[in-house]
Amino acid sequence: MTPPQRERRAHQPGEEQDPGRLYVITGGTDGSQRAPLDLVALIVARSEPPPTAPPEQTALLRLCRTPLSVAEISAYLGLPFSVVTVLLTELLAADLVESRAPVVRSELPERSLLEAVMHGLQKL
Amino acid sequence: MDFKNSDTIAGPRAEDHLPDTATTAVKVVIVGGFGVGKTTMVGSVSEIRPLTTEETMTQAGIGVDDNYGSETKTATTVAMDFGRISLTDELVLYLFGTPGQERFWFLWNGLFEGALGAVVLVDTRRLEVSFDVMGRLEERGVPFVVAINDFPDAPSYPTADLRTALDLPPEVPMVRCDARRRASSRDVLMTLMRYLHSLTMSRA
Ligand SMILES: Nc1nc2c(ncn2[C@@H]2O[C@H](COP(=O)(O)OP(=O)(O)OP(=O)(O)O)[C@@H](O)[C@H]2O)c(=O)[nH]1
Ligand SMILES: [Mg+2]
Repeated sequence: MTPPQRERRAHQPGEEQDPGRLYVITGGTDGSQRAPLDLVALIVARSEPPPTAPPEQTALLRLCRTPLSVAEISAYLGLPFSVVTVLLTELLAADLVESRAPVVRSELPERSLLEAVMHGLQKL
Repeated sequence: MDFKNSDTIAGPRAEDHLPDTATTAVKVVIVGGFGVGKTTMVGSVSEIRPLTTEETMTQAGIGVDDNYGSETKTATTVAMDFGRISLTDELVLYLFGTPGQERFWFLWNGLFEGALGAVVLVDTRRLEVSFDVMGRLEERGVPFVVAINDFPDAPSYPTADLRTALDLPPEVPMVRCDARRRASSRDVLMTLMRYLHSLTMSRA
């Protein structure tokens, strides 16, 4: 029995296919008022919610008394990722939360980081 | 915005809180076709019960002629599960289980971009559903390993035949796994990390 056969595509940077007709909904039409937050940026509240804060900000600040990723905030609040980033952009501007940026792969991650991940996995 | 009262929102359980020392997060994406075991793999290694995050995408209507500016837009919500592993007091690994056959996953900014790498989960009963996602990862230069999920009724092709069928370059690891077992899923992640490590060595 022979399995079906794939044909490999070459990696050609800058020559990506048409990404299609799908777009992430941003906060507004110009899409400019969102901080570039990664799904795994860790968010920590800097203070208790001000009494004047709208309910969704209050909820977010309560959640982030300990560090929480943007993905987890989205899950617990039941809000789409892009809506959470709009909320966070406001909270970051008001200095009510801090964001701990994730380590992202540029070309390749740091060797020492990979070694730390392997060490951690080994203990599982 | 219709928003739940903040008092009714269930946050993380006490044991799911990250320590305040957590400063660095990394992510790995687990991609594969429907029912291949993505959620199972995320769940078997995650320290938290897998959660779901979602994103809203708009899909421009397929207009015959865009010049008229009369495209209709429909919103689509896509959701994916994820889990978490605290590796040290500072370092946290997130795993995202992503159905790979839809190209809109690749438009979710910040999903694949920052990922250390990907695991392509393959079911040998439906090998061809993985072809497209492998091509997309290659196009974007996201390093990946292939994990063959062993299902009891799956055809058992020899490893060499599978490598040929998937057109895997010799350096790309391919392993067999049982996503239901924590140790097996952990080993797949280790294989990915070792592979990434070897890439940093060869490009040094
Ligand atoms: N034998 C075997 N069964 C598995 C394995 N991994 C998952 N399964 C089973 O396959 C079924 C589907 O697994 P899921 O984890 O839900 O798959 P999924 O990729 O998340 O599916 P969708 O999200 O629906 O696309 C479940 O009944 C699992 O118990 C495996 O490694 N071996
Ligand atoms: Mg699933």
